[in-house]
Amino acid sequence: MTPREKRIAGFVAFGALVVAVAVFPAFVSDFKAREWAYVGIYLIALLGLNMLTGYTGQISLGHGAFMAIGGYTTAILMAGNEQFGGPISGGMKDIYTLPLAGLVAGAVGLAFGLPALRLSGLYLALATFAVAVAMPSTARRFAEWTGGGQGIQLSGLPELTGGSVEDVDILGLSLSPNRWLYYLSWSIALVAYAVAWLVLRGRTGRAFRAVRDSETAAISSGVSLARYKTLAFGISAAFAGVAGGLFALGTASVSPDVFPITLSIFLLVGVVVGGLGGLSGLVFGAIVITFLPLWAQGQDLGSLLPQGIVEETQKPGGSSIVFGVVLILLMFVLPNGVSGLFRRAGQAIAKRRYARSE
Amino acid sequence: MALLSVRDVTLRFGGIVALDGVSFDVEEGQISGLIGPNGAGKTTAFNVITRLYKPDSGAVELDGASLLKVSPHVIIRKGIARTFQNIQLFRTMSVLENVLIGAHTLGRKVSEDEAFRVLDVVGLRERAYFPAAALPYGIQKRVELARALVSKPRLLLLDEPAGGLNHEEVGELGTFIRKLRDDFELTVLLVEHHMNLVMSISDHVNVLSFGRKIADGSPEQVQADPAVIEAYLGTDDAAPPPASPEQAGPAAQEPAADEPPSEERA
Ligand SMILES: Nc1ncnc2c1ncn2[C@@H]1O[C@H](COP(=O)(O)OP(=O)(O)O)[C@@H](O)[C@H]1O
Ligand SMILES: [Mg+2]
Repeated sequence: MTPREKRIAGFVAFGALVVAVAVFPAFVSDFKAREWAYVGIYLIALLGLNMLTGYTGQISLGHGAFMAIGGYTTAILMAGNEQFGGPISGGMKDIYTLPLAGLVAGAVGLAFGLPALRLSGLYLALATFAVAVAMPSTARRFAEWTGGGQGIQLSGLPELTGGSVEDVDILGLSLSPNRWLYYLSWSIALVAYAVAWLVLRGRTGRAFRAVRDSETAAISSGVSLARYKTLAFGISAAFAGVAGGLFALGTASVSPDVFPITLSIFLLVGVVVGGLGGLSGLVFGAIVITFLPLWAQGQDLGSLLPQGIVEETQKPGGSSIVFGVVLILLMFVLPNGVSGLFRRAGQAIAKRRYARSE
Repeated sequence: MALLSVRDVTLRFGGIVALDGVSFDVEEGQISGLIGPNGAGKTTAFNVITRLYKPDSGAVELDGASLLKVSPHVIIRKGIARTFQNIQLFRTMSVLENVLIGAHTLGRKVSEDEAFRVLDVVGLRERAYFPAAALPYGIQKRVELARALVSKPRLLLLDEPAGGLNHEEVGELGTFIRKLRDDFELTVLLVEHHMNLVMSISDHVNVLSFGRKIADGSPEQVQADPAVIEAYLGTDDAAPPPASPEQAGPAAQEPAADEPPSEERA
């Protein structure tokens, strides 16, 4: 596709997404709207991780930790941590904390990106995973900041819009707390989508992809690996931070359990399912990581799997087996994710043109 | 003063001495050949000049200023661009995007026009939006060349540009490199196995063997040099250069260039 055609296709896809997001709650129950709010939240994190892993080729198994940093930032700014002996008195309205959640996580991401420059491939995966693993105990260790294992409760706080139980009046509309969360998350997700698109479409996005495709040729073309890898780390962590802040509003609390290690793995899965590199497939990736775990809990796979395994899936935590099986199947069906499907269609068109122009 | 000056450069990989006290100069405006049997250290020399490798000792200077203190990604701003023996394209990008990365240091505004201009030069304007990785090997080499040219280098390093080309195309390539030198006011350092090509377009030729420089001079001088003939006869991966220019007809060729270059090392 020519850049012009790509741009038009991008606008159309984005316009369709905006419309779908706006009208969707009219067709689903209040409770469902809440689940779909999480799709929007995950989408924000996936847009960031995709910039790092999909475009720049730097794997991160630790993005759940950046979400946690954003979540704790939001919670501490709202509720303060004086009650645990910390220095922050809180009192900030929830939505105003979100940019700060992004900034704090982004700054930590930049700082982490610098040493990560020396690592690649498996080593980078391990190092980032170590961050994810260390996150819960770090939160427990600095209890005067984080409330330790109990975490920080937000429900009922005046800083939480509607206190998460009352209807929210905004722009002349009265929204249930669930719909409020939905529209808040998706408004930010759509902005994040547009920002990601703007960053990736031009010189910066090209430099990211150059780093991924050939570090050698990128360097020799004047692309600084250090600059673009840390930049990708910083931006992607900032996105994760905003998503983490929203996550905290959604759960109305933060604690080590709200941001488990598996969150980091889910995010990577979402990016892979969405198709490394494209933006459009990420919505699908976000849907998968929101609903697949829920769906997997309720499945009886008796007819599909050997009896021993079925028994395993019925034990606590067994749903992750179902989750894993479905993921493996997805990888087979869509090896390049959903965007890969779109891309293949685009390449087929290009090839036909090449053949014709011969 | 020479544009590029390589002085006493030594680089070891473990036990292998890839470059052993190598010195040579490249004069401004010339096409300078760098030849030698496989594994002689030619690509390594390119990697040292472009700062991908750091030599154990020695000096590399452009216009009298040391390049060894320059970061690898700043080399192109100093006016040095290169192509790679084993093609290093950005495989997920279109031809145009590949060339635009080559223009990364030129800034935002000018680069698209510049990219199309060099695509015209290498005859690939029609392919601008085609995925680079899906093109035939020889055309991918032209994409690499366009990517190197778009930065308006002073010194262009070509690592086996004739790899994968047939005889007729190799002949055309020689004419093309000369034209590029003139039109873009380039200095060219050329690594190539096709002796005809090197000997017919080079102003000066340096010969490496096992990491040492064994000869340099005009193409005629080099071809007559016993050490050079010995170096080529001593290996079976490349035929010796023809002993005199008269013999350098189309029939003279060497087998090594027909196999697709695979890895960076030989
Ligand atoms: N990165 C590397 N690691 C180890 N050995 C290398 C490396 N690069 C080159 N060499 C070795 O250095 C020698 C010179 O290689 P090279 O410069 O690629 O030769 P040429 O380009 O002349 O064919 C070879 O013995 C090769 O194996
Ligand atoms: Mg070589």
